[in-house]
Amino acid sequence: MKKLRIPRSPKVILGLCIVVFFLLLTIFGPLLAPFSPDDTSFAPLLTPSAHHWFGTTSLGQDIFSQTLVGARATIVVALVAGLVATMLSMVVGISAGYLGGYTDDGLSLMSNVFLAIPGLPLLIVIDSYLPVNSRSNSLVIGLIIALTGWAWGARVIRAQTMSLRNRDFVEASRIIGEKRHRVMFFEVAPNLLPILASSLLFTLLYSIGAYVTLAYIGLTSTSVWNWGTMLFWAQNNNAPLSGEWYWFVPPGVCIALVGTGLALLNFGIDEFINPRLRAAGLSSKQRRKLGLPRRQRLGLTPVVRSNVTTPAPIATTKPVTT
Amino acid sequence: MRLIGRRLALYSVTAWVAISVNFILPHLMPGDPIQTLIGKIQGQVTPQEIEAIRLSFGGGLDKPLLTQYFTYLSQLLHGNLGVSITLSQPVTTILKQSVPWTLGLIGISTILSFIIGTVCGALLGWTRGSRLDSLIPTATFFQAIPYFFLATVMLLVFGSDLHLFPVLGAYSQNLHPGWTWAFAASAVRYAELPVVSIVLSSIAGWMLGMRNMMITVVAEDFVLMAVAMGLPKRKVIMAAARNAVLPSIANLSLAIGLVVSGALLVELVFNYPGVGDLLLNAVQNEDYPLIQGIFLVITLAVLAANLLADLVYLGLDPRTRTETAT
Repeated sequence: MKKLRIPRSPKVILGLCIVVFFLLLTIFGPLLAPFSPDDTSFAPLLTPSAHHWFGTTSLGQDIFSQTLVGARATIVVALVAGLVATMLSMVVGISAGYLGGYTDDGLSLMSNVFLAIPGLPLLIVIDSYLPVNSRSNSLVIGLIIALTGWAWGARVIRAQTMSLRNRDFVEASRIIGEKRHRVMFFEVAPNLLPILASSLLFTLLYSIGAYVTLAYIGLTSTSVWNWGTMLFWAQNNNAPLSGEWYWFVPPGVCIALVGTGLALLNFGIDEFINPRLRAAGLSSKQRRKLGLPRRQRLGLTPVVRSNVTTPAPIATTKPVTT
Repeated sequence: MRLIGRRLALYSVTAWVAISVNFILPHLMPGDPIQTLIGKIQGQVTPQEIEAIRLSFGGGLDKPLLTQYFTYLSQLLHGNLGVSITLSQPVTTILKQSVPWTLGLIGISTILSFIIGTVCGALLGWTRGSRLDSLIPTATFFQAIPYFFLATVMLLVFGSDLHLFPVLGAYSQNLHPGWTWAFAASAVRYAELPVVSIVLSSIAGWMLGMRNMMITVVAEDFVLMAVAMGLPKRKVIMAAARNAVLPSIANLSLAIGLVVSGALLVELVFNYPGVGDLLLNAVQNEDYPLIQGIFLVITLAVLAANLLADLVYLGLDPRTRTETAT
């Protein structure tokens, strides 16, 4: 069996580290927090110090603890939304692409409609009608976010399924009489794995953004600590204008870091699917090691067949240089 | 022209879905929000206004659902979006004041971000493998930041610390809105920071997409041919970029929705008197007629922008035209 080639570019490793770090934070964050996030017994608006790493809020709550505790709610909702949305887009995408005909027309229309409606306003409308006790429920919020975020993935998966539909191995399993859903989900789906993964990463990215945004405008329960609620309180107390940067910078940077980690991982998947991007992402040092021209302007970007760390013969059409 | 027809059909269906969602949602939710709402505002607004709100949700609850639906649709056609509870003005009147601000802000920043991002992406794709590639993780970082957070940081640094830009609002409070030079200059000045923050947040997507497409296009024979013919570098890049930009434009209609969603929150950070700011206030006051009106206006505007992007694409890519001919 061929060994799975994991792209070793520094970008991807960095992304992996970031994502693993925040996953650990999701599990252990609330245990590590030195204080309760609701504890108002400290002096208000302390600047960061050894005792309060990120300072305190205007109510005297420890911002470092809030950030640690907030990781769980934020990432759990994103995971629920991301997984549900990806499942949804997988089922819709594969069914539309494989079955074709009226099923395809109907499902494609549905996903195009969901793509065209701007997601955030729709989310806000749905969420503003929710009863208050459902707003604190991570599952409900996650499902609503999934509902507005599955369409893009479905479209990409459908396109790829259509190109797989008539391949020989699919044809073969159809001829030997496999059931339709078996062909769809055991023959076609495994070959969509890179696309599914990339679509999962994108939905996770979207879900974090959507959840934090909802919390930021006060549409989730303010009693659940997440990075969005932290920003909500900071904004409500005019922290940006009064220069209390330590209040809103930690949650914002955490959101951005998780997002960057996911996006960097996605680069890895892109390079996995399109080998030409792999060579394009090499540093000049690595290029020299592999014997590639230092500056490459024209012609095919060579496909790097082996890992960068072990220089090996590379199969490449001779690159043309100017 | 079949393509245009198909897109038009899609957007009409989408508009219909959005309109129907607006109708169905209040009826689906437990606890009947409309009745609660009307109970809450009894006495605060005039009976006529309550009647207008009731009609904009489809009339009384005693009638069958289908009748309510048609009442709702006909009210919509007559431009009755209900009455805002907190501002006690018709929703359409309120929207007329705030839509131009949003349209200007988001329109200009989307166009700027698309142009700058695409040009940078084309150059990045051309010089792939050079030191400029280190821009990519930076760009990704900016892309991952929520729009409103970047806006908050910029407000803090450039607005309230360095005092480089005016903050909060869309024009100087000493001026009266009108078609004067002083007012226009002030409006531009106040829009600078919001525009810059929206452009910074949205530019990375265009850049990365264009770069990846450029890498594919540069491998094509016609680019090699262009160099072999001795065309100046600038012209070669232009020729390659012209072909690489097509997917970006095809994606434009998808991206507009995302950009608008993000930009709405930027308004909120800067207290910009547009639709986003209005939406937030409506949400905090549970002003359902206003929320629904804003949702409809945003959706319809995004759909119109999508249609425009599709038309541009049709004009630029001859392949789509020949396809329709067959």
